Order: sequence, then structure tokens, then C-alpha cells
Amino acid sequence: MKPAPPHPRWAPWFFVAPFLVLFGVFTLWPLAQSLVLALQQTFGPKLTVFVGLGNFEFLLRDPLFWHAVRNTALYTLGAVAIQLPGALGLALLLNRPGLRGRACFRLIFFAPSLVGLVFVGVMFTLLFQKHTGLINAGLHTLWRGWDPEFAWLDQHVMPSLIVASVWLYAGFNMIYFLAALQNVNRELLDAASIDGAGPWARFRHIVLPEIRPVAGFVVLLSVIGSFQLFELPWVLLNNSAGPDDRGLTIVMYLYQTGFLTGDLGYASAIGWVLGLLLAGVALVQTRLARAEEN
Amino acid sequence: MHRRILALLPLYAALVFFAALTLVPFAWMLAAAFKSREDFFASFFLPHGDGLLGIAWGRLTLANFQRLFAEFPISRAMLNSLFLASVTSTLATLACAMGGYGLAKFAFRGRSAITALVLGALIIPTSLLIAPSYQLLWQLGLLDSYAGLILPALAPAFGVFLFRQAMLNTVPRELLEAARIDGAGELRIFFTIVLPLVRPMIGAFLLIMFLGAWNNFIGPQTVLQEPGAFPLSVAINNLRGIYATDYGLIMAGTLLSIAPVMCLFLLLQREFIAGLTSGAVKG
Repeated sequence: MKPAPPHPRWAPWFFVAPFLVLFGVFTLWPLAQSLVLALQQTFGPKLTVFVGLGNFEFLLRDPLFWHAVRNTALYTLGAVAIQLPGALGLALLLNRPGLRGRACFRLIFFAPSLVGLVFVGVMFTLLFQKHTGLINAGLHTLWRGWDPEFAWLDQHVMPSLIVASVWLYAGFNMIYFLAALQNVNRELLDAASIDGAGPWARFRHIVLPEIRPVAGFVVLLSVIGSFQLFELPWVLLNNSAGPDDRGLTIVMYLYQTGFLTGDLGYASAIGWVLGLLLAGVALVQTRLARAEEN
Repeated sequence: MHRRILALLPLYAALVFFAALTLVPFAWMLAAAFKSREDFFASFFLPHGDGLLGIAWGRLTLANFQRLFAEFPISRAMLNSLFLASVTSTLATLACAMGGYGLAKFAFRGRSAITALVLGALIIPTSLLIAPSYQLLWQLGLLDSYAGLILPALAPAFGVFLFRQAMLNTVPRELLEAARIDGAGELRIFFTIVLPLVRPMIGAFLLIMFLGAWNNFIGPQTVLQEPGAFPLSVAINNLRGIYATDYGLIMAGTLLSIAPVMCLFLLLQREFIAGLTSGAVKG
């Protein structure tokens, strides 16, 4: 048999060219530009003034920015402490052997994450209404002590966001946990049962260590996603940051300064601070994961 | 048998409870879209009456949809969304599959550098690019055009990465060499041998990109200015400004925006969930 002719030299470049060109123009170039922009103050796309590190100095003393950071961190905490355990709980329920209709339940729990954030925002604005909203009415029916006038979107913006995000994302993250749980060694679990280990002991000592890598990945994705929260509160609060900026997030502040105030320079500075923050989070997570392996 | 079902009963009860909780907002929206303005506040779901199941089926109406199509350019917005999402998802899948193939199955100078670029790009937050991209589109004269919305979305690094991973495992080198011995051209090899081998990945990725483009709000909101070009995401958000308290109408519009992607998902769900988790679990 004769040896295979080598591929033509142009072939690999031909295949990676569309990606390289588009990526260069629409990601790398803007990324470089954002560094330049971050050192400027701009008034619309045309007028710019070089301010050096002025944007960053101003940012560090900007109370609105820190307010946005606090809100975003609070939301992230809610996502990690409430939504992810919920997702794991759903996955554990669905992973019970002998369960029928697993595919159907999985589909139902996953369905909300198909709905765009805008549409979720429009829908939940009405669900969260004071007198007429279904959420207050439902809670009041279940428990008479619930105030039907509870002002979700005026006074309690962060709890509203967390409720909406649990509905939206718990089923999505459940898919990852479920896939991880299905890889857990069943014989090991059965052996532990025979040795008298209860459900909690089995979860703590067998299941949890096995799903830890996937759990770390899901936490990282959730933290990165949560830090970029913008569209959901923006639409939920009727295209605003809400009363007293209660729903202001970092990216919302970026959007407001960039497109409503017209200072793309300051917006880029906010983007860079956010980017560095996220890179830090990713770094810590990979370090932790590596330390655990050793 | 009965004992086993009985043992699982609390499990089913919990699952049914959470499933109901998940479905309630959908049911509420569905009911609201078919209720008249007078009935909207009279009941939370369907209007009460003496029809089947104690519901006044006769009072349900298509009026919200009729008004939406008559008074508001909703059909235009649907077509816009359909166009944007299909073009973006098809071209992005092609570009990412090509890129993934180039990186997975060819040895060439520069491969490791490009692979490192793809991996590094995975951590760039999209929000960092919002402001400079706007400036770039302005400089290129692409503001207020579909090209300005579609072109930047065509080469996501995570797509190239996903296809690279899929092709490393599922495309055997011998098959490519055999095709070359038979004299097949590089393009023909790609389209007739490589793409069919990663079909599940193509289905999953098409759907991911379609959903992303269909649900994208901040992109069209910043790039587009001409109301006739707005996709559903922007149009539905604007609907609230025009019909502030006409909740039935707003929910009818939301229903029309959600239903198509739900149907698409039901068709492709098996491939989608497999594709979604393959990277996470194998990796």
C-alpha cells in the first residue's frame, strides 16, 4: 500500500481562517481598543480626552460603583448558596434508582433556562406585582401571615432577583450535577450500605468527593455568570436600576455610563476591573482544584 | 412491586411539587395570554365559570393576539428574530466546526499558538467587549445593521474549543488518510466525512447558538436603532412602554417569543443535553 499523500499546506489555514479573521477583528482588536479607551474620557464615539489612569482612580472612589459591586456580590452569594444546592438537590432526587419519568422531569426542570432573560424579566415583573402578582397571592394562600402587599420590586430587589434566578438556573445546573452523579460508582455505594452507612454518610464520604470536580466547574461558571448579571434586573425593574439603584449591578453600571451617559472610556475601565476580578476568581478556583488533586 | 412504588412515593411527591413550581409561571403566562382585559384580574389562571372543570372556556379569547398582529409589528419582529437566529447559528456552526477541525486534525506550524489563543479567549468576559465593540462597529459603519449584530457572533472561542474536543475523539486519522489516497479533495473530506461524524455536536451547537441569538437582548438593543429591524427581545421589552398595563397583550407577545424555541428544543433535546454535558464530565 502506498503512503497517504500529505494534506496540502494551505488546508489547515483554510479551515482556521474564518475563526482567526473574525476573532481578530471582533474580539482581539476591541480588547486592545478597550485598553486605549479605558485611558480616555469619551463623549459619544467621536470626542475623546486622554485621562491616563484617571478613570481607574475615579472608579475606586465612585460610591455608585461600589454599590454595584456590593449588589453583584450579594447576588452571586445567593446563586452559590441557594441556587446551586437546589440544583444538586433536584439532581439527587432524579438520580434515585428505579425512578420512572426521569426524562420528563428533567425536561420540565430544564425548560426555564431556554427562556431568554428579557422574557423572564417581562414575565416576572408581572408575577412580582404587589396586589395582582401571583407570587404574593400564592404565598398568602399557603401561609396567611404573608403580606400580600410585599413590595418585591420596590423594597426587596435582591431577594426578587434570587427567586427569579433559582427558577431560571437551578434546572440548568441540575443537568451537570446529574451527569456527575451518574458516574458515581454504584458498587461502592451498595457496599457502604451493606456496611451500615446511612444516606448522609454515603453522600458525604462517597458522592461528594466523586462529584467535586464537576461541582467546582459549576461553581466557577455560576460565579462568572452571576458577576455579569445585567439583563434580568434591567428588564425586571422596567429598564432602570430600580428605586435608589437597589438593582444596580456592575455590568448595568457599565451599560449606563457607556450608552446612556455616553462615556465609553469609563465603561471600558469598569469592564477591565470586572475582567480582572473574574480572572482572579478563575485563578483561585484552578489553584484550589489543583491543591485538592495533590 | 407495590412495596417499591410505595417506597418511592415521597420522592415522587417532592418531584411533582417542584415540577409544578417550575411550570406555574408558564401556566400563568399561557392563561393570561388568552384572557380578556376584564378577566385578567378576576382570576389567577383561567376564568371561573360553569364549563368543564369549573372554568368558563367560552370567555377565553384570541383578542390579545389579534390586536398584537394588527396594532404592533409583531410579525415583523418574529421574522427578524428568525432571520438573525438562523443565519447566526448556521454560519457560527460552520465557522466553529471548520476551526475545530483545523486545530484537531492537522499538524502545522502555529497550531499550538492558535489553540492557546482559543483557550485564553474562553475567560474574556463578554461585557468587557461591549463598549469597544460599539466603537468598532461605528468605525466600520456597521451600526444599525444586521451585519453589525451577526459578524461579531460568528466565531465564539468556546465553539471552536467544543468542536476541537469532539473531533479529537471521533474522527479517526486513518479515515482521512484513506480518503486522501482515493484522491478526495480537502473540502469534500470535511463535508462528507468529518461533519457527519460529529453530527450530535452539530445539533447541540446549532441549538445553543440559535437560543443565544434569539434571546440576545443587549446586542440588538445597543446596535440597532431602526424599530422595523428590532427582533422579538427588543420589541417585547418596548411593548411594555406602549401598553403599560395591558398585561394580557404583553403575555401574548411573550408567549409568541418563547414558544418557537421551546418547540425547537423538544425536537433536538436528546442531542442538546448530551452535547451540553460531554465536555464537563469527560474533561
